Amino acid sequence: MSRTTTDLLYLVTIVTFILALAFLSRPDKARLGNWIGAAGMLLAIAVTFAQSSIVSYWEIGLGMAIGGGFGAVAARRVKMTAMPQMVALFNGVGGGAAALVSWAEFHRKAPLAGHLKVDIAIAIMLSALIGAISFAGSMVAFAKLQELIQGRPITYPGQQVVNALVAGSALAAGIAIAAGAEEQWLMWVLLACAAAFGVLFVLPIGGADMPVVISLLNAFTGLAAAATGFELENNVLIVAGMLVGASGTLLTLMMSRAMNRSIANVLFGAFGQVSPAAAATDSDGGAVRSATAEDVAVMLAYAHKVVVVPGYGLAVAQAQHDVRQLADLLEEKGVEVTYAIHPVAGRMPGHMNVLLAEANVPYPQLKEMDEANPEFARTDVVLVVGANDVVNPDARNNQGSPIYGMPILNVDQAQTVVVLKRSMSPGFAGIENPLFFNPKTVMLFGDAKDSITKLIGDVKGL
Amino acid sequence: MSHDRLLVFELTILVLAIFLGFEVISKVPTLLHTPLMSGTNAIHGIVIVGAMVVMGQGHKDTLTWVIGFVAVILASANVVGGFVVTDRMLEMFKRRKPERPAKDDDNGAGPPP
Repeated sequence: MSRTTTDLLYLVTIVTFILALAFLSRPDKARLGNWIGAAGMLLAIAVTFAQSSIVSYWEIGLGMAIGGGFGAVAARRVKMTAMPQMVALFNGVGGGAAALVSWAEFHRKAPLAGHLKVDIAIAIMLSALIGAISFAGSMVAFAKLQELIQGRPITYPGQQVVNALVAGSALAAGIAIAAGAEEQWLMWVLLACAAAFGVLFVLPIGGADMPVVISLLNAFTGLAAAATGFELENNVLIVAGMLVGASGTLLTLMMSRAMNRSIANVLFGAFGQVSPAAAATDSDGGAVRSATAEDVAVMLAYAHKVVVVPGYGLAVAQAQHDVRQLADLLEEKGVEVTYAIHPVAGRMPGHMNVLLAEANVPYPQLKEMDEANPEFARTDVVLVVGANDVVNPDARNNQGSPIYGMPILNVDQAQTVVVLKRSMSPGFAGIENPLFFNPKTVMLFGDAKDSITKLIGDVKGL
Repeated sequence: MSHDRLLVFELTILVLAIFLGFEVISKVPTLLHTPLMSGTNAIHGIVIVGAMVVMGQGHKDTLTWVIGFVAVILASANVVGGFVVTDRMLEMFKRRKPERPAKDDDNGAGPPP
């Protein structure tokens, strides 16, 4: 296949990717868009196979079978609740692939002194650097969300100095490569330091901020892929990579804006604070009221208006179907039930929408934050299912709180707040929540799914 | 095309892609942010083309072979996993009328296990 034909077919792939992204902005067309993108990807792979320079079909096919097989099985088997870490994992391996391609290109081209053009050298350096950071950072994000390592910010004295040294070493090696030094050990240093920096840079970020980090690393992988395109003089890599780089950057900004924080605050907020949780709040030592499922069932069944506030606890307990069943039951009794969705509830924006959609909750019952907040004053009972930081009044009242300024759901304006929670432990961000000590609040301790099941039984029995 | 002309051309499409990326995403509703992140995640799996080029060349030493092979594995996992995860997320959004369709079509097909 001639280079011209190849490039024209790559252009078709580019168009499918743009269509895929455009369709993703429409709920009714999004799935089709994803298929169009996948078809475009298949085309690009087929076209690449047909290039005359490609001779090792079997090795490529074997690698694809292994990687694709793993991807398909992992993606099929993962529970909806674990999607965020799955995205982190697949993002990481993409970044790793970009870094490896650059390494191989450097290895192939560099020993011939003077052969490497400066723009190619810069592209190799950038792709290796960004790809390795994205790979290692995504793996740490995965480990944090999977709870293989603790979700809280990990900080230690001298952290900034260590980070600066590691990042500096990676950059120095990169600049040397860009400046025309062609020793192979420079690439080893570059990759090792960039990967180490990826780990160090994600470790001090709290688990609750992981969605923003994954989104940022997603953009990074896109940029690394685009840089790879410059190395290989390949348009489809440049355009597709940059599309993801640009859209991922915008999405990252939109997400940190939803938390009313700057991206710098999200990424570097933990530095310098030895223990943010300690300075949380004076909860007045107020007593916590706990209730039984029977009490709560009565409250719910005789309310006019109930608002459910779902959070990550709902996802962990896989309680979305039970919540919907409870809501249906209440509606039969004439109770108005809606769901208030905080933009960053769960581990990713839209996470709760996905879960509730899985349980066939009708769209009109899902209220976004701006729509839901004025309603709380007219609400009899708010049922907080496994949410914590997004309903923490400290975000409104306590300037010393790490989440001060984040818009929250003002559930404390309702008549009664029922909080379903496993224990009194602080949330993922490690912050005390004065809502639990509010006289209006009653706690229903236990696994969210068990509690909801009990509630269903008790409401039925009324 | 000379190398410099090619570079300028590549930079041109790069810059256009930046604006296009911003433009396309600015219209996505919050509801679809998670699938969008996953969808873009699948698209950068295009790096598989790069991995294939590295792995596919005829004369390569052992190091290149190993690097290329691992790159192909990683990139394929990115592509397949990315698209499948996105599809599973979007499956949840399949058409549902504002009022519950009362199981009058196979659409609801009972809640997943």
